[in-house]
Amino acid sequence: MNNIKANRLKDQIFKVWGIACTLLGLVLLAIFIGSILIDGLQRIDWDFITSLPSRKAERAGIYTALMGSVWVLVLTTIIALPLGIAAAIYLEEYAKKGRLASLLEVNISNLAGVPSIIYGLLGLEIFVRVLEMGSSVLAGSFTLALLILPIVIVSTREAIKAVPQSVRDGSFALGASKWQTVARQLLPASFGGILTGVILALSRAVGETAPLIVIGALAYVPFAPESPMDEFSVLPIQIFNWISRPKHGFEVNAAAAIIILLLITFLMNGIAVYFRNKWQKKLG
Amino acid sequence: MRKFKEVLIEKTLLTSALITILVTLGIILVLSIEAFNFFREVSIVDFLTDTQWTPLFTEKHFGIMPLLSGTLLTSFIAIVFAVPVGLTISIYISEYAPKSFRKTIKPALELLAAVPTVVYGFFALTVVTPFLQSFIPGLSGFNSLSAGLVMGIMIIPFISSLSEDALHAVPNSLREAAYGMGSTKLQNAFRVLVPAASSGIIVSIILAISRAIGETMIVAIAAGQQPRLTMDPTVPVETITAYIVQVSLGDVEHGSLEYRTIFAAGITLFIFTFLLNTLSYRIRKKFREKYE
Repeated sequence: MNNIKANRLKDQIFKVWGIACTLLGLVLLAIFIGSILIDGLQRIDWDFITSLPSRKAERAGIYTALMGSVWVLVLTTIIALPLGIAAAIYLEEYAKKGRLASLLEVNISNLAGVPSIIYGLLGLEIFVRVLEMGSSVLAGSFTLALLILPIVIVSTREAIKAVPQSVRDGSFALGASKWQTVARQLLPASFGGILTGVILALSRAVGETAPLIVIGALAYVPFAPESPMDEFSVLPIQIFNWISRPKHGFEVNAAAAIIILLLITFLMNGIAVYFRNKWQKKLG
Repeated sequence: MRKFKEVLIEKTLLTSALITILVTLGIILVLSIEAFNFFREVSIVDFLTDTQWTPLFTEKHFGIMPLLSGTLLTSFIAIVFAVPVGLTISIYISEYAPKSFRKTIKPALELLAAVPTVVYGFFALTVVTPFLQSFIPGLSGFNSLSAGLVMGIMIIPFISSLSEDALHAVPNSLREAAYGMGSTKLQNAFRVLVPAASSGIIVSIILAISRAIGETMIVAIAAGQQPRLTMDPTVPVETITAYIVQVSLGDVEHGSLEYRTIFAAGITLFIFTFLLNTLSYRIRKKFREKYE
C-alpha cells in the first residue's frame, strides 16, 4: 500500500513541476515585456517614429530603419513567394519518387538548419560582390529570401498535402490537366495554409539581424531607401546599434524600438494563427 | 499546344525546386573557396591547435579553439537548461494537461520562438545579467552564463513542440497497456512513452543543439567579444558567430586575410551544424518507418 501512495505522490509532484516548467518561459517573457514597456513606452511618440537617426539619443528616431524593414519585407516576399510555392508544387504534385526527389528533400531539410549568419556570408560573396549589388536593399532581400525559402517550401507542401485526394480525382475525371488541377483546385483550396506559412516566414525575416549585418547593412543611414539599389538599415540592426552604445539614453531608445519590433512580429504571428484556424475549420 | 504548355510549366516548377540545390552548392562553394584562400596563408595545424585567436591585432594568431570553446560553452549552458524544462513541458502537455489548456498553451509557447533574437540579447544584457550579478558577485557584465540561459529560453519551444509530437505519435495501445498494469501517469511517461518516443526526442535535442551553435545575436550582445579558451561561465567569451558579426561591423577590406577569417570561421560552424542536421534527418527517417 505504501508503495502505491509513494508513486501517487511522485505523480502529483511531477504534475506541479510540469505546470511550473510550462509557465516558466511565459512568466519570463511577461517579465521581459513588462520591463521593456517600463523602459521604452515613455519614449514612443510620433516623433520617434518619423525622426531620422541622430547622435543625440533624445532626438534619434527609427524612420529610416522602419522604412528599410518595409522595403526588405516587400522585396523578400516578391522573391521568395513564387520560388517557394513553385518548388513546393513540384515536390508535392509532380516529382516522382526517386533519387532526385529524395535529394531535394534532404537538401531542403538541411537548408532549414543552416545558421542564418551563413546565409549572410553567402549573400556577401554572391549578391554583394559577384553580382555587384553592393550593400543594397536588393542584396539584403535576396539573402533573406534564400533564408526563408525552406520555411515557405515546407509549409506550402503541408498545405497542399492537406487537400483531400478526392479533389484531385474529381478534377482529373472532368478532364482537367495536371496544371489546371493545381491552379484551379489545389492552390485555392490550400490558400489559407500557404498564407499562414508565408506570414510566419516573413515574421522571421523581419526579426533577422545577423545576415544583414554580414552583407553590410548599416546602422547609420541618413535617408530612407528610395530604390532597391540604395543603402539601408533595418529595425533589428538599429536596435543592436543602440544596445551596443554605453549611454543610457540609447538603451531607452532600444527598448522603445523593441516595442515596435515586437508589435510587428506578434501582429504577424496573430494574423497567421487566425488564418490557420479559419482554414483548418474549412478543411475539416 | 496544351501538352507543350504543361511540359513548360513542369520544367519551370522543377527549376524552382532545383534552385534549392543551387543554394546549398553556393554555400559550400563560397565557404570553401574563401577558406581555401585562408589556408594558403595560415597552416591548418595552427588553425586547429593554436590557443589564441587575434587576427585583428598586430601580433596575429589564428587558433579557432577559443572561438569554438565559446560556442560550445554557451550552447552547453543553453542545452543543460532547455532539455529538462522542454522535455517536462512536452510530457506535461501530452499526458497531463487538459485539452483546453493545451490548446491555449501551445500557441503561447510558439510565441517564445517568434521573438527576434536581438530582443533576447537585450533581455540577457539588461535584465538577466544584472539579476545574476546580485548573487554571483564575480560575474562580468558580458558572460556566457547569461547568454546561455537566455538562449535556453529561446530553444525551449523547439524541444517541447517536437518532443510532444513524438510522444503524441506513440500508439494508444501502449498507454492503455501500461495503465492496465496499474502504473501512474509518471511511470507510464518515463518507462513506456519516453523510451518509445526516444528517437523523436533525440531529434528534437539535436536540432536544438544545432540551433544554439548557430545562434548569433544573443551571444554577440551578451557574451562579449573576447575570444578565450575557458570553461568559466562568468567571464566574457566570443563565439564563432559573434566574431563574424564583429568583423562585419568593422571596416575590413575585401580579399584581405582578416576578411577571409570570417569564412574560415563560417565553414567551421557550417560543418558542425551540417553534421548535426544530417544526423537528425537520418534518425527521423528511421523513426518514421518504425510507426508506419
